[in-house]
Amino acid sequence: MNQTPIYTEFHSRWYRRRTSTYWWLRRPSYLAFILRELSSLFVAWFVIFTLVQIQALSQGAEGYQRFQDWSKQPVVLIVNLIALFFVVFHAITWFKLAPQAMVIRLHGKRVPAAWIAGSNYVVWALASALVAWIILGG
Amino acid sequence: MSDTIILHVARYRPEIETEPTFQEYQTPCRKDWVVLDALNYIKDKVDGTLSYRWSCRMGICGSCGMTVNGEPKLTCAAFLTDYAPGPVRVEPLRNFPIVRDLVIEMSDFMRKLVQVKPWLIRAEEKPLSEGEYLQTPEELDEYKQFSMCINCMLCYAACPVYGLEPHFIGPAALALAQRYNLDSRDQGGRERMELLSDHTGIWGCTFVGECTKACPKSVDPAAAIQRYKLKAALEWFKSFLMPRGTS
Repeated sequence: MNQTPIYTEFHSRWYRRRTSTYWWLRRPSYLAFILRELSSLFVAWFVIFTLVQIQALSQGAEGYQRFQDWSKQPVVLIVNLIALFFVVFHAITWFKLAPQAMVIRLHGKRVPAAWIAGSNYVVWALASALVAWIILGG
Repeated sequence: MSDTIILHVARYRPEIETEPTFQEYQTPCRKDWVVLDALNYIKDKVDGTLSYRWSCRMGICGSCGMTVNGEPKLTCAAFLTDYAPGPVRVEPLRNFPIVRDLVIEMSDFMRKLVQVKPWLIRAEEKPLSEGEYLQTPEELDEYKQFSMCINCMLCYAACPVYGLEPHFIGPAALALAQRYNLDSRDQGGRERMELLSDHTGIWGCTFVGECTKACPKSVDPAAAIQRYKLKAALEWFKSFLMPRGTS
């Protein structure tokens, strides 16, 4: 739909309000939305971090030691802590929205929203446990 | 509780003002009165020049949507006592041009509504003698929620995407398109697909979710749009796997 909305050039007496650049500060829910959008940057940061980590692993023990020393720096730790907060925020807010996008029927009845959101948390917990087991005990 | 309440009502009189101002009115604050009753009181007894739209007073016609204390509301369903002791700020719906006072210009919405073809489309109509198109209760449940829309445009006022990008088809029109797409009697899904899967259609939506919160009829336009995104993505994937199509 590429036509111009019909009220743009005529009717000079209509009053048109501009959306403020800071519209996202008007309501807590708008702010939460913008933070959720922003969180994608931190998701990308973790992807890059993991890729660099894998590359360091491929360079042997010495290369990996260098990566570890770098990642122990306070700046990197702080960035990772902030990134962790945003990634968790990203996951929780999307899990909350998942039931709206998904309609699943079991025996003709719609699966309740709490089950769909809950199953996301269960898969998250299982995946986290698996990763923890591989790193710590495996 | 005080038996009167103060209303700060937005006024825009294009013949004397270049931008909206606020006017203060005092009205009775009765337990059974809604904001619309207070506006009608002002119009009848205090200031006959105040302009606003209303009709049914029972949440069906969708005419009396306004911004009440910053929230898009049907003023026939916004009880004054919920805003006591006041003052109550009454403004026109956001994201639309203002014609006068609380009256907004809605023809952009009306045009978009028609574009999504919100009616039953059949490849071939069956003759009248064969009777009606039957539907099971389960088939009705598929779309019933989306058919409750009263075109009040509160969702457009709540949607920041529509505020920033006026080409966006918007929540109510997309939800209504989905209402017909999900109807077992409808065969117009493909006809609507091109418009709906455009960047001004479902992909314009960033899932802020405010349309659903603003909706007075629990239509959940955000859900309709996200479900359609899923379907459009699957259709695209299918056409990618089977470029020659199955039909």
